[in-house]
Amino acid sequence: MYEKGWKKHLQSPYLFIAPYALLFVLIIATPVLVAMVLSFTSFNTIETPVFIGLKNYVDIFTGDTVFLQHAVSNTILFSVIVGPIGYMMAFFLAWMLAQVPHRARTIYAVIIYSPSITGAIMMANVWRIIFSGDEAGYINYILINWFGADSPVQFLQDADYLFPIMIIVSLWGSMGLGFLAMLAGILNIDRSLYEAAAIDGMKNRWQEIFYITIPSIKPQMLFSAVMSIIGTFNAAGLAQALAGGGVPPQYAGWLIVDHANDFGFTRFEMGYASAVTVILLIIVLLFNKIAYRLFGERG
Amino acid sequence: MANSGITFNPDRFKKDQWKFHAFLITLTLFMGSPLIFVFNHAFKPYSELFAYPPKFFVRRPTLENFLRLATFSRESGIPISRYIFNSVITTGAVVVLTVIIGSLAAYALSKLEFKGKETLNKINVFSLMFVPVAVAIPRFLVLINIGIYNTYWAHIIPLLAMPVGIFLIKQFMDTNVPKELIEAAKIDGAGNWRIYWSIALPLVMPAIVTVSILAFQFSWSNIEGSSMFVDIEALRTLPFYMSTVISQQGNIVVTAGVGAASTLIMIVPNLIIFVFMQNKVMASMATSGIK
Repeated sequence: MYEKGWKKHLQSPYLFIAPYALLFVLIIATPVLVAMVLSFTSFNTIETPVFIGLKNYVDIFTGDTVFLQHAVSNTILFSVIVGPIGYMMAFFLAWMLAQVPHRARTIYAVIIYSPSITGAIMMANVWRIIFSGDEAGYINYILINWFGADSPVQFLQDADYLFPIMIIVSLWGSMGLGFLAMLAGILNIDRSLYEAAAIDGMKNRWQEIFYITIPSIKPQMLFSAVMSIIGTFNAAGLAQALAGGGVPPQYAGWLIVDHANDFGFTRFEMGYASAVTVILLIIVLLFNKIAYRLFGERG
Repeated sequence: MANSGITFNPDRFKKDQWKFHAFLITLTLFMGSPLIFVFNHAFKPYSELFAYPPKFFVRRPTLENFLRLATFSRESGIPISRYIFNSVITTGAVVVLTVIIGSLAAYALSKLEFKGKETLNKINVFSLMFVPVAVAIPRFLVLINIGIYNTYWAHIIPLLAMPVGIFLIKQFMDTNVPKELIEAAKIDGAGNWRIYWSIALPLVMPAIVTVSILAFQFSWSNIEGSSMFVDIEALRTLPFYMSTVISQQGNIVVTAGVGAASTLIMIVPNLIIFVFMQNKVMASMATSGIK
């Protein structure tokens, strides 16, 4: 308490924060700023960026048909389906798991959680053999021999199937941290709340869910919502990986992130790619705003 | 006591649970089957990979697929051991540094008083929603400009800023490290470092374990570093090596066999760690809520 000079400085809270703050600025804040600045330029990574005002944005919204017709709608459709469905699945699984004994629960939880470790892209080679378009594909084999289908379906080369498969594969791997948070949250709810409610005449399980369970784990619900939003944006490259590389047929499953990476790393139009990135970050922000509206304490 | 109609964390199996078990068993079979398939497929010999009708389970397990992965000779002539070495080194560094940097910051944000603390906490909760893949391009430009392009650091540094890591440790510290304990230590003359090391850190081990597991997961399967931030073959990591071997097989059936083997190498360490540590992870997740 009576330190002087350098000894006092050694105890400074800022020293504890400094390493992380430095990394945060370097790896998170600066890239976001760089993206914002570059989005107003034309930059091919070799010559100095040239300021071109809003031209990139104007081009994106007026002339980029792939972006407008595929990337935006796919991204929104994908996140609106995978986000909420995965989220509700996580909640109901957590709710059910909380009501079985410890040992069984652990086994179930490990199995449900483990797909989220595999990583969607890593599993793509395995999905490609399961959904393979010839008769030796596992799903096709089952359809033909068990259900009497006439001919094999080109699951991964047909735009109508590729996108739904991408959604199923993503849902399969979406029971991650958010799911564990909800499970832990439900297990820690004060049991006397339920007993009190039962004395007050609450019998219906739906009532219990909406009046006790959900309000009690609201903070975990919010954490989980944020995690599931992030998760849906991590599906970059999944459609290409499933289709076997290159641009997927009819841009099925082509997301905004894919579009940005295509312009950035294939065509080296960094300014344009940055503008796409900025739009993506704004969309992520909007989704999170909605989650905070729904589950945040301060509305 | 009135029956609430719901029993959380029951001690034993009761008849009224059968519906849950029926549903959960069906679901876990469904969700687990792709993983069981990977386990089987990875050990299938050629004849079974090409077999028609396709077989789900392996009959005569072999290590052919793993050998194919290991002995695939590439133009660069770099042996697989080099990639494994790179992966182990960088993953080790990511785990250790993430935990040190994250717990130091979490301690300050949870227990120390300083100007700007509220703002920093808000920024960290806000950055939970940050999506790293979105800024791959500007990151690439930043890494080139600070001179770590084509070094081991290119694998390590991008993974170190992990908002969810700090968040989990800080939340756990808020609930599990009592103020009185810290006050008492201060009276005994302990400084911030001393309190951090001997009081706060031992009490937040579940959160530390959880963050280590996450850091391990992110780093062990990270391909971005090798594909974007490094172009010297000898500095690339195992997942990248395996993905190039897979992409050069040229036959979808052989690809799937080798692919299953590499998927297995990527997920088995994660699975084992999680199975043994899941109690700690659950304890940590209990304090994960955003208020």
